Amino acid sequence: MSDLRAAVAAGALGSEENYRELLQAIVEVARAIFGARASSVFLHDESTDELVFEAVAGEGAGELIGQRFPSSTGVAGWVLVTRQPLVIDELEQDPRFAREAAESTGFVPKGLMAVPLLHEERALGVLEVLDRPQQAAFSLKEMELLGLFANEAAIALDLLQRAREARAVLEEQDGQAAALARLAERLAEAEPEQREAAQRLLEALEAFLGASSGLSLDDSL
Amino acid sequence: MEHFGDPSLPAWSLPAGSAERIAIGVEWPERVTRDWAFGDSTGEGVSVCILDSGVERGHPLVGELEGAVAVMKTEDGRLEVNEDAEGDLCGHGTACAGIVRALAPKVGLHSVRVLGAGFKGSGPVLLGGLRWAIEQGFDVINMSLSTTKRQFAELLHELADSAYFRRTVLVASAHNMPVESYPWRFSSVISVGSHEEQDSLAFFYNPAPPVEFFARGVGVEIAWLGGGTIRSSGNSFATPHIAAICALILSKHPDLTPFQLKNVLYLTANNVGGGR
Repeated sequence: MSDLRAAVAAGALGSEENYRELLQAIVEVARAIFGARASSVFLHDESTDELVFEAVAGEGAGELIGQRFPSSTGVAGWVLVTRQPLVIDELEQDPRFAREAAESTGFVPKGLMAVPLLHEERALGVLEVLDRPQQAAFSLKEMELLGLFANEAAIALDLLQRAREARAVLEEQDGQAAALARLAERLAEAEPEQREAAQRLLEALEAFLGASSGLSLDDSL
Repeated sequence: MEHFGDPSLPAWSLPAGSAERIAIGVEWPERVTRDWAFGDSTGEGVSVCILDSGVERGHPLVGELEGAVAVMKTEDGRLEVNEDAEGDLCGHGTACAGIVRALAPKVGLHSVRVLGAGFKGSGPVLLGGLRWAIEQGFDVINMSLSTTKRQFAELLHELADSAYFRRTVLVASAHNMPVESYPWRFSSVISVGSHEEQDSLAFFYNPAPPVEFFARGVGVEIAWLGGGTIRSSGNSFATPHIAAICALILSKHPDLTPFQLKNVLYLTANNVGGGR
Protein backbone atom coordinates (compact mmCIF):
# COMPACT_ATOMS: atom_id res chain seq x y z
CA MET A 1 0.00 0.00 0.00
CA SER A 2 2.80 2.41 0.80
CA ASP A 3 4.10 1.76 -2.72
CA LEU A 4 0.71 2.59 -4.15
CA ARG A 5 0.55 5.77 -2.10
CA ALA A 6 4.01 6.84 -3.15
CA ALA A 7 3.13 6.17 -6.78
CA VAL A 8 -0.04 8.23 -6.59
CA ALA A 9 1.82 11.01 -4.78
CA ALA A 10 4.58 11.08 -7.40
CA GLY A 11 1.94 11.21 -10.15
CA ALA A 12 0.03 14.04 -8.51
CA LEU A 13 3.11 16.10 -7.73
CA GLY A 14 4.77 15.49 -11.08
CA SER A 15 1.64 16.28 -13.03
CA GLU A 16 1.12 19.55 -11.16
CA GLU A 17 4.50 20.73 -12.39
CA ASN A 18 3.72 19.54 -15.94
CA TYR A 19 0.36 21.31 -16.06
CA ARG A 20 1.91 24.49 -14.79
CA GLU A 21 4.48 24.28 -17.60
CA LEU A 22 1.68 23.63 -20.09
CA LEU A 23 -0.18 26.73 -18.89
CA GLN A 24 3.01 28.76 -19.16
CA ALA A 25 3.55 27.45 -22.71
CA ILE A 26 0.00 28.49 -23.64
CA VAL A 27 0.49 32.11 -22.50
CA GLU A 28 3.90 32.22 -24.23
CA VAL A 29 2.35 31.07 -27.52
CA ALA A 30 -0.64 33.41 -27.13
CA ARG A 31 1.72 36.34 -26.58
CA ALA A 32 3.85 35.36 -29.60
CA ILE A 33 0.93 34.75 -31.98
CA PHE A 34 -0.76 38.05 -31.12
CA GLY A 35 2.57 39.90 -31.02
CA ALA A 36 1.48 41.17 -27.60
CA ARG A 37 3.44 42.75 -24.80
CA ALA A 38 2.16 40.29 -22.21
CA SER A 39 -0.29 37.46 -21.70
CA SER A 40 -1.55 35.97 -18.45
CA VAL A 41 -3.86 33.38 -16.98
CA PHE A 42 -5.81 34.00 -13.79
CA LEU A 43 -7.27 31.19 -11.73
CA HIS A 44 -10.46 31.83 -9.79
CA ASP A 45 -9.80 30.72 -6.20
CA GLU A 46 -13.26 29.66 -5.08
CA SER A 47 -12.38 29.50 -1.40
CA THR A 48 -11.46 33.21 -1.22
CA ASP A 49 -13.39 34.42 -4.28
CA GLU A 50 -10.21 35.93 -5.71
CA LEU A 51 -8.38 35.86 -9.03
CA VAL A 52 -4.81 34.62 -8.82
CA PHE A 53 -2.02 34.98 -11.41
CA GLU A 54 -1.12 31.43 -12.48
CA ALA A 55 0.97 32.08 -15.59
CA VAL A 56 2.47 35.21 -17.10
CA ALA A 57 4.43 35.69 -20.33
CA GLY A 58 6.21 38.90 -21.27
CA GLU A 59 5.94 41.96 -19.06
CA GLY A 60 5.49 41.02 -15.42
CA ALA A 61 6.62 37.40 -15.88
CA GLY A 62 8.25 36.10 -12.75
CA GLU A 63 6.90 38.84 -10.45
CA LEU A 64 3.16 38.47 -10.66
CA ILE A 65 2.68 34.73 -10.14
CA GLY A 66 0.64 34.16 -7.01
CA GLN A 67 -0.60 37.75 -6.72
CA ARG A 68 -4.33 37.97 -6.11
CA PHE A 69 -7.19 40.44 -6.28
CA PRO A 70 -10.98 40.27 -5.69
CA SER A 71 -12.98 38.44 -8.38
CA SER A 72 -15.31 41.36 -8.89
CA THR A 73 -12.73 43.98 -9.87
CA GLY A 74 -11.26 45.04 -13.15
CA VAL A 75 -11.75 43.68 -16.61
CA ALA A 76 -10.77 40.14 -15.58
CA GLY A 77 -13.50 40.12 -12.93
CA TRP A 78 -16.05 41.45 -15.39
CA VAL A 79 -15.15 38.74 -17.90
CA LEU A 80 -15.33 36.04 -15.22
CA VAL A 81 -18.77 36.98 -13.93
CA THR A 82 -20.42 37.85 -17.26
CA ARG A 83 -18.82 34.83 -19.01
CA GLN A 84 -18.33 37.15 -21.98
CA PRO A 85 -15.03 37.83 -23.77
CA LEU A 86 -14.09 41.46 -24.08
CA VAL A 87 -11.66 43.57 -26.05
CA ILE A 88 -10.75 47.09 -25.00
CA ASP A 89 -8.59 49.58 -26.90
CA GLU A 90 -7.08 52.84 -25.75
CA LEU A 91 -7.15 52.11 -22.05
CA GLU A 92 -4.53 54.64 -21.12
CA GLN A 93 -7.04 57.49 -21.53
CA ASP A 94 -8.78 56.44 -18.39
CA PRO A 95 -6.88 57.20 -15.18
CA ARG A 96 -9.08 55.04 -12.97
CA PHE A 97 -8.65 52.05 -15.19
CA ALA A 98 -4.95 52.74 -15.57
CA ARG A 99 -4.54 52.50 -11.80
CA GLU A 100 -6.63 49.34 -11.55
CA ALA A 101 -4.80 47.77 -14.47
CA ALA A 102 -1.41 48.65 -13.07
CA GLU A 103 -2.38 46.93 -9.84
CA SER A 104 -3.37 43.77 -11.66
CA THR A 105 -0.73 43.67 -14.39
CA GLY A 106 2.31 45.57 -13.17
CA PHE A 107 2.08 48.08 -16.02
CA VAL A 108 -0.53 50.23 -17.73
CA PRO A 109 -1.59 48.54 -20.95
CA LYS A 110 -2.87 50.48 -23.94
CA GLY A 111 -5.38 47.78 -24.73
CA LEU A 112 -6.35 44.24 -23.79
CA MET A 113 -8.30 41.18 -24.77
CA ALA A 114 -9.81 39.03 -22.04
CA VAL A 115 -11.70 35.78 -22.32
CA PRO A 116 -13.29 33.53 -19.67
CA LEU A 117 -11.80 30.07 -19.18
CA LEU A 118 -14.82 27.80 -19.25
CA HIS A 119 -14.58 24.08 -18.68
CA GLU A 120 -17.77 22.05 -18.64
CA GLU A 121 -20.05 23.97 -16.28
CA ARG A 122 -17.36 25.92 -14.49
CA ALA A 123 -15.69 29.27 -15.09
CA LEU A 124 -12.15 28.48 -13.94
CA GLY A 125 -10.47 31.80 -14.65
CA VAL A 126 -9.54 34.34 -17.29
CA LEU A 127 -6.96 34.58 -20.08
CA GLU A 128 -5.71 38.06 -20.94
CA VAL A 129 -3.61 39.30 -23.84
CA LEU A 130 -2.23 42.81 -23.34
CA ASP A 131 -1.08 45.36 -25.90
CA ARG A 132 -1.22 43.93 -29.36
CA PRO A 133 0.57 46.08 -31.95
CA GLN A 134 -1.35 49.32 -32.60
CA GLN A 135 -1.53 48.82 -36.35
CA ALA A 136 -3.34 45.49 -36.07
CA ALA A 137 -7.04 46.34 -36.10
CA PHE A 138 -9.08 44.01 -33.97
CA SER A 139 -11.41 41.67 -35.83
CA LEU A 140 -13.61 38.69 -35.07
CA LYS A 141 -10.74 36.49 -36.30
CA GLU A 142 -8.70 37.51 -33.26
CA MET A 143 -11.68 36.77 -31.03
CA GLU A 144 -11.92 33.30 -32.54
CA LEU A 145 -8.22 32.68 -32.08
CA LEU A 146 -8.46 33.90 -28.51
CA GLY A 147 -11.33 31.44 -27.96
CA LEU A 148 -9.10 28.59 -29.14
CA PHE A 149 -6.35 29.56 -26.71
CA ALA A 150 -8.97 29.87 -23.99
CA ASN A 151 -10.13 26.30 -24.59
CA GLU A 152 -6.57 25.04 -24.22
CA ALA A 153 -5.90 27.13 -21.16
CA ALA A 154 -9.16 26.02 -19.53
CA ILE A 155 -8.21 22.36 -19.94
CA ALA A 156 -4.70 22.98 -18.55
CA LEU A 157 -6.13 24.95 -15.62
CA ASP A 158 -8.63 22.20 -14.88
CA LEU A 159 -5.84 19.58 -14.86
CA LEU A 160 -3.68 21.79 -12.65
CA GLN A 161 -6.50 22.23 -10.16
CA ARG A 162 -7.18 18.50 -10.09
CA ALA A 163 -3.51 17.74 -9.49
CA ARG A 164 -3.44 20.22 -6.60
CA GLU A 165 -6.55 18.70 -5.09
CA ALA A 166 -4.98 15.24 -5.36
CA ARG A 167 -1.85 16.47 -3.62
CA ALA A 168 -3.87 18.14 -0.88
CA VAL A 169 -5.74 14.90 -0.26
CA LEU A 170 -2.50 12.92 -0.07
CA GLU A 171 -0.93 15.43 2.29
CA GLU A 172 -3.90 15.31 4.62
CA GLN A 173 -2.45 12.63 6.93
CA ASP A 174 -5.36 12.23 9.33
CA GLY A 175 -8.10 12.83 6.84
CA GLN A 176 -10.21 10.66 4.58
CA ALA A 177 -7.27 9.69 2.37
CA ALA A 178 -5.40 8.25 5.33
CA ALA A 179 -8.47 6.27 6.39
CA LEU A 180 -8.90 4.97 2.86
CA ALA A 181 -5.23 4.05 2.70
CA ARG A 182 -5.54 2.01 5.94
CA LEU A 183 -8.64 0.33 4.53
CA ALA A 184 -6.79 -0.61 1.34
CA GLU A 185 -3.93 -2.00 3.42
CA ARG A 186 -6.25 -4.25 5.49
CA LEU A 187 -7.99 -5.37 2.33
CA ALA A 188 -4.69 -6.44 0.81
CA GLU A 189 -3.84 -8.52 3.93
CA ALA A 190 -7.29 -10.14 4.31
CA GLU A 191 -8.19 -13.81 3.63
CA PRO A 192 -9.88 -14.44 0.23
CA GLU A 193 -13.32 -14.96 1.83
CA GLN A 194 -13.03 -11.85 3.95
CA ARG A 195 -11.83 -9.87 0.97
CA GLU A 196 -14.81 -11.00 -1.12
CA ALA A 197 -17.25 -9.92 1.59
CA ALA A 198 -15.43 -6.61 2.00
CA GLN A 199 -15.56 -6.10 -1.74
CA ARG A 200 -19.36 -6.50 -1.69
CA LEU A 201 -19.60 -4.05 1.20
CA LEU A 202 -17.53 -1.50 -0.68
CA GLU A 203 -19.70 -1.91 -3.76
CA ALA A 204 -22.79 -1.27 -1.64
CA LEU A 205 -21.12 1.84 -0.18
CA GLU A 206 -20.24 3.05 -3.65
CA ALA A 207 -23.85 2.57 -4.82
CA PHE A 208 -25.11 4.42 -1.74
CA LEU A 209 -22.76 7.37 -2.29
CA GLY A 210 -23.61 7.44 -5.98
CA ALA A 211 -27.32 7.72 -5.19
CA SER A 212 -26.97 10.49 -2.62
CA SER A 213 -24.42 12.79 -4.23
CA GLY A 214 -26.63 14.55 -6.76
CA LEU A 215 -26.83 17.90 -5.02
CA SER A 216 -24.40 20.72 -5.63
CA LEU A 217 -23.89 23.51 -3.17
CA ASP A 218 -22.06 25.75 -5.59
CA ASP A 219 -24.30 28.69 -6.42
CA SER A 220 -22.00 30.84 -8.55
CA LEU A 221 -23.01 31.63 -12.13
CA MET B 1 -57.65 48.28 -33.94
CA GLU B 2 -59.96 47.48 -31.07
CA HIS B 3 -59.18 44.63 -28.71
CA PHE B 4 -61.81 42.43 -27.14
CA GLY B 5 -60.78 41.88 -23.60
CA ASP B 6 -57.27 42.38 -22.35
CA PRO B 7 -54.75 41.47 -25.02
CA SER B 8 -52.15 40.74 -22.38
CA LEU B 9 -54.30 37.88 -21.04
CA PRO B 10 -53.92 34.55 -22.76
CA ALA B 11 -56.80 33.16 -24.81
CA TRP B 12 -57.01 29.44 -24.17
CA SER B 13 -59.28 28.44 -27.06
CA LEU B 14 -61.15 29.94 -29.98
CA PRO B 15 -64.91 29.25 -30.25
CA ALA B 16 -66.54 29.28 -33.71
CA GLY B 17 -67.19 32.72 -35.14
CA SER B 18 -65.11 34.55 -32.55
CA ALA B 19 -61.93 35.29 -34.45
CA GLU B 20 -62.54 38.98 -33.70
CA ARG B 21 -61.74 38.25 -30.09
CA ILE B 22 -58.14 37.68 -31.02
CA ALA B 23 -57.92 40.48 -33.56
CA ILE B 24 -54.28 41.50 -34.12
CA GLY B 25 -53.60 45.01 -32.87
CA VAL B 26 -51.14 45.82 -35.61
CA GLU B 27 -51.91 46.64 -39.26
CA TRP B 28 -49.21 44.75 -41.13
CA PRO B 29 -48.14 46.27 -44.41
CA GLU B 30 -47.66 44.12 -47.46
CA ARG B 31 -43.94 44.54 -47.14
CA VAL B 32 -42.44 45.29 -43.77
CA THR B 33 -39.88 48.04 -44.25
CA ARG B 34 -37.50 49.62 -41.77
CA ASP B 35 -39.39 52.85 -42.22
CA TRP B 36 -42.61 51.20 -41.11
CA ALA B 37 -40.88 49.24 -38.37
CA PHE B 38 -38.89 51.98 -36.66
CA GLY B 39 -38.46 54.99 -38.97
CA ASP B 40 -38.35 58.24 -36.91
CA SER B 41 -38.77 56.29 -33.67
CA THR B 42 -37.04 57.57 -30.56
CA GLY B 43 -38.02 54.71 -28.28
CA GLU B 44 -40.41 56.98 -26.39
CA GLY B 45 -42.81 55.16 -24.10
CA VAL B 46 -40.69 52.01 -23.97
CA SER B 47 -38.91 50.80 -20.85
CA VAL B 48 -35.53 49.08 -21.18
CA CYS B 49 -33.96 47.28 -18.24
CA ILE B 50 -30.20 46.79 -18.08
CA LEU B 51 -29.67 43.63 -16.02
CA ASP B 52 -25.97 43.99 -15.33
CA SER B 53 -23.34 45.60 -13.07
CA GLY B 54 -25.37 48.77 -12.42
CA VAL B 55 -25.34 52.00 -14.42
CA GLU B 56 -23.37 55.15 -13.65
CA ARG B 57 -25.89 57.90 -12.97
CA GLY B 58 -25.55 61.09 -14.96
CA HIS B 59 -23.04 59.72 -17.47
CA PRO B 60 -23.36 62.06 -20.48
CA LEU B 61 -24.00 59.09 -22.79
CA VAL B 62 -26.58 57.57 -20.47
CA GLY B 63 -28.53 60.52 -19.07
CA GLU B 64 -31.27 60.04 -16.54
CA LEU B 65 -32.30 56.67 -15.20
CA GLU B 66 -35.94 56.01 -14.35
CA GLY B 67 -34.93 53.53 -11.73
CA ALA B 68 -31.93 51.70 -10.31
CA VAL B 69 -32.00 48.76 -7.91
CA ALA B 70 -29.44 46.27 -6.66
CA VAL B 71 -30.23 42.63 -5.97
CA MET B 72 -28.26 41.26 -3.05
CA LYS B 73 -28.05 38.13 -0.97
CA THR B 74 -28.49 38.70 2.74
CA GLU B 75 -26.46 36.82 5.32
CA ASP B 76 -29.29 34.36 5.91
CA GLY B 77 -29.42 33.61 2.18
CA ARG B 78 -32.52 35.61 1.22
CA LEU B 79 -32.54 37.93 -1.77
CA GLU B 80 -33.24 41.61 -1.31
CA VAL B 81 -34.00 44.24 -3.92
CA ASN B 82 -32.95 47.71 -2.76
CA GLU B 83 -32.50 51.13 -4.28
CA ASP B 84 -29.02 51.20 -5.80
CA ALA B 85 -26.86 54.04 -4.57
CA GLU B 86 -23.52 52.67 -5.76
CA GLY B 87 -24.02 52.96 -9.50
CA ASP B 88 -21.70 50.81 -11.57
CA LEU B 89 -18.76 48.93 -10.10
CA CYS B 90 -17.07 47.77 -13.30
CA GLY B 91 -18.48 49.73 -16.25
CA HIS B 92 -20.25 46.92 -18.10
CA GLY B 93 -23.81 48.05 -17.36
CA THR B 94 -22.99 51.69 -18.11
CA ALA B 95 -21.57 50.66 -21.48
CA CYS B 96 -24.75 48.75 -22.36
CA ALA B 97 -27.01 51.60 -21.18
CA GLY B 98 -25.05 54.11 -23.30
CA ILE B 99 -25.52 52.02 -26.44
CA VAL B 100 -29.28 51.79 -25.87
CA ARG B 101 -29.52 55.52 -25.21
CA ALA B 102 -27.54 56.41 -28.34
CA LEU B 103 -29.94 54.54 -30.63
CA ALA B 104 -33.18 55.09 -28.71
CA PRO B 105 -32.74 58.48 -26.99
CA LYS B 106 -36.17 58.64 -25.36
CA VAL B 107 -36.46 55.18 -23.81
CA GLY B 108 -36.97 54.90 -20.08
CA LEU B 109 -33.79 53.27 -18.78
CA HIS B 110 -33.81 51.10 -15.66
CA SER B 111 -30.84 49.44 -14.02
CA VAL B 112 -31.05 46.16 -12.11
CA ARG B 113 -27.64 45.37 -10.62
CA VAL B 114 -26.90 41.65 -10.35
CA LEU B 115 -23.11 41.77 -10.74
CA GLY B 116 -20.30 43.28 -8.77
CA ALA B 117 -20.53 41.63 -5.39
CA GLY B 118 -18.05 38.89 -6.27
CA PHE B 119 -18.39 35.67 -8.16
CA LYS B 120 -19.87 33.55 -5.39
CA GLY B 121 -23.63 33.58 -5.05
CA SER B 122 -23.97 35.27 -8.42
CA GLY B 123 -26.31 32.58 -9.78
CA PRO B 124 -29.23 33.13 -7.37
CA VAL B 125 -28.74 36.90 -7.59
CA LEU B 126 -28.97 36.80 -11.38
CA LEU B 127 -32.12 34.64 -11.24
CA GLY B 128 -33.67 36.84 -8.55
CA GLY B 129 -32.88 39.98 -10.54
CA LEU B 130 -34.34 38.57 -13.73
CA ARG B 131 -37.49 37.44 -11.94
CA TRP B 132 -37.88 40.88 -10.39
CA ALA B 133 -37.34 42.62 -13.74
CA ILE B 134 -39.97 40.42 -15.42
CA GLU B 135 -42.44 41.15 -12.62
CA GLN B 136 -41.96 44.89 -13.20
CA GLY B 137 -43.22 44.42 -16.76
CA PHE B 138 -40.30 46.13 -18.51
CA ASP B 139 -40.75 46.05 -22.27
CA VAL B 140 -37.16 45.02 -23.00
CA ILE B 141 -34.52 43.41 -20.77
CA ASN B 142 -30.89 43.52 -21.90
CA MET B 143 -28.77 40.61 -20.61
CA SER B 144 -25.17 40.90 -21.74
CA LEU B 145 -24.23 37.96 -19.56
CA SER B 146 -24.83 34.27 -19.19
CA THR B 147 -24.34 31.31 -16.90
CA THR B 148 -22.82 27.90 -17.68
CA LYS B 149 -24.40 26.18 -14.66
CA ARG B 150 -26.95 23.56 -15.59
CA GLN B 151 -28.57 23.82 -12.18
CA PHE B 152 -29.87 27.29 -13.17
CA ALA B 153 -30.87 26.36 -16.71
CA GLU B 154 -34.35 25.04 -15.93
CA LEU B 155 -35.34 28.01 -13.82
CA LEU B 156 -33.89 30.44 -16.35
CA HIS B 157 -35.84 28.65 -19.04
CA GLU B 158 -39.08 29.08 -17.08
CA LEU B 159 -38.31 32.75 -16.49
CA ALA B 160 -37.50 33.31 -20.17
CA ASP B 161 -40.78 31.70 -21.20
CA SER B 162 -42.76 33.67 -18.65
CA ALA B 163 -41.20 36.90 -19.97
CA TYR B 164 -42.10 35.84 -23.50
CA PHE B 165 -45.77 35.35 -22.59
CA ARG B 166 -45.91 38.59 -20.57
CA ARG B 167 -44.62 40.64 -23.49
CA THR B 168 -41.24 41.32 -22.05
CA VAL B 169 -38.53 40.85 -24.64
CA LEU B 170 -35.33 39.27 -23.35
CA VAL B 171 -32.29 40.15 -25.46
CA ALA B 172 -29.27 38.05 -24.47
CA SER B 173 -25.59 37.85 -25.46
CA ALA B 174 -24.59 34.67 -27.24
CA HIS B 175 -21.26 32.95 -26.71
CA ASN B 176 -18.68 33.00 -29.45
CA MET B 177 -17.13 29.84 -28.10
CA PRO B 178 -18.58 26.35 -28.27
CA VAL B 179 -19.85 26.27 -24.68
CA GLU B 180 -23.28 25.53 -23.29
CA SER B 181 -24.55 28.63 -21.56
CA TYR B 182 -27.88 30.23 -20.80
CA PRO B 183 -30.27 32.00 -21.33
CA TRP B 184 -29.26 32.98 -24.84
CA ARG B 185 -29.74 29.42 -26.14
CA PHE B 186 -33.47 29.46 -25.38
CA SER B 187 -35.74 30.17 -28.34
CA SER B 188 -37.99 32.45 -26.27
CA VAL B 189 -35.18 35.03 -26.06
CA ILE B 190 -33.50 37.04 -28.81
CA SER B 191 -29.85 35.99 -28.92
CA VAL B 192 -27.16 38.24 -30.32
CA GLY B 193 -23.64 37.78 -31.66
CA SER B 194 -21.31 40.30 -33.33
CA HIS B 195 -20.69 41.47 -36.88
CA GLU B 196 -17.75 43.64 -37.89
CA GLU B 197 -19.52 46.50 -39.66
CA GLN B 198 -19.41 49.95 -38.15
CA ASP B 199 -23.11 50.72 -38.74
CA SER B 200 -25.00 50.65 -35.43
CA LEU B 201 -28.31 49.98 -37.18
CA ALA B 202 -26.97 47.12 -39.31
CA PHE B 203 -28.14 43.74 -38.10
CA PHE B 204 -28.38 40.31 -39.67
CA TYR B 205 -30.60 37.29 -39.17
CA ASN B 206 -28.62 34.07 -38.78
CA PRO B 207 -30.29 31.14 -40.58
CA ALA B 208 -27.99 28.77 -38.67
CA PRO B 209 -28.97 29.32 -35.01
CA PRO B 210 -28.71 29.06 -31.96
CA VAL B 211 -27.37 32.63 -32.37
CA GLU B 212 -30.31 34.35 -34.08
CA PHE B 213 -29.05 37.84 -34.86
CA PHE B 214 -25.73 39.59 -35.41
CA ALA B 215 -25.35 43.26 -34.46
CA ARG B 216 -22.50 45.73 -34.17
CA GLY B 217 -19.99 44.36 -31.67
CA VAL B 218 -16.53 45.31 -32.91
CA GLY B 219 -14.82 48.65 -32.30
CA VAL B 220 -17.81 50.18 -30.52
CA GLU B 221 -17.45 53.50 -28.71
CA ILE B 222 -18.86 52.70 -25.27
CA ALA B 223 -19.63 54.75 -22.17
CA TRP B 224 -16.94 54.17 -19.53
CA LEU B 225 -16.81 54.89 -15.84
CA GLY B 226 -16.17 58.46 -14.77
CA GLY B 227 -18.14 59.99 -17.63
CA GLY B 228 -15.67 58.92 -20.32
CA THR B 229 -15.78 56.68 -23.36
CA ILE B 230 -13.63 53.89 -24.67
CA ARG B 231 -13.49 51.68 -27.79
CA SER B 232 -14.38 48.09 -27.12
CA SER B 233 -15.51 44.84 -28.76
CA GLY B 234 -17.61 41.90 -27.65
CA ASN B 235 -21.06 40.35 -27.90
CA SER B 236 -21.83 42.21 -24.68
CA PHE B 237 -22.07 45.35 -26.82
CA ALA B 238 -23.81 43.79 -29.82
CA THR B 239 -26.70 42.84 -27.52
CA PRO B 240 -27.78 46.38 -26.47
CA HIS B 241 -27.82 47.37 -30.16
CA ILE B 242 -30.59 44.83 -30.73
CA ALA B 243 -32.26 45.76 -27.42
CA ALA B 244 -32.37 49.38 -28.63
CA ILE B 245 -33.74 48.43 -32.05
CA CYS B 246 -36.44 46.38 -30.26
CA ALA B 247 -37.30 49.49 -28.22
CA LEU B 248 -37.52 51.61 -31.39
CA ILE B 249 -39.91 49.08 -32.95
CA LEU B 250 -42.04 48.75 -29.80
CA SER B 251 -42.27 52.52 -29.50
CA LYS B 252 -44.01 52.64 -32.89
CA HIS B 253 -45.87 49.35 -32.47
CA PRO B 254 -46.53 48.82 -28.76
CA ASP B 255 -48.94 45.95 -29.29
CA LEU B 256 -46.34 43.59 -30.73
CA THR B 257 -45.75 40.35 -28.86
CA PRO B 258 -42.17 39.05 -28.59
CA PHE B 259 -42.99 36.58 -31.38
CA GLN B 260 -44.21 39.37 -33.66
CA LEU B 261 -41.29 41.57 -32.72
CA LYS B 262 -38.83 38.83 -33.65
CA ASN B 263 -40.63 38.58 -36.99
CA VAL B 264 -40.22 42.32 -37.56
CA LEU B 265 -36.52 42.02 -36.70
CA TYR B 266 -36.23 39.17 -39.18
CA LEU B 267 -38.05 41.02 -41.94
CA THR B 268 -35.98 44.18 -41.48
CA ALA B 269 -32.59 42.48 -41.05
CA ASN B 270 -29.92 43.61 -43.53
CA ASN B 271 -29.72 40.20 -45.16
CA VAL B 272 -33.51 39.82 -45.43
CA GLY B 273 -35.44 42.94 -46.39
CA GLY B 274 -33.94 45.79 -44.39
CA GLY B 275 -31.04 48.08 -44.96
CA ARG B 276 -31.83 48.44 -48.67
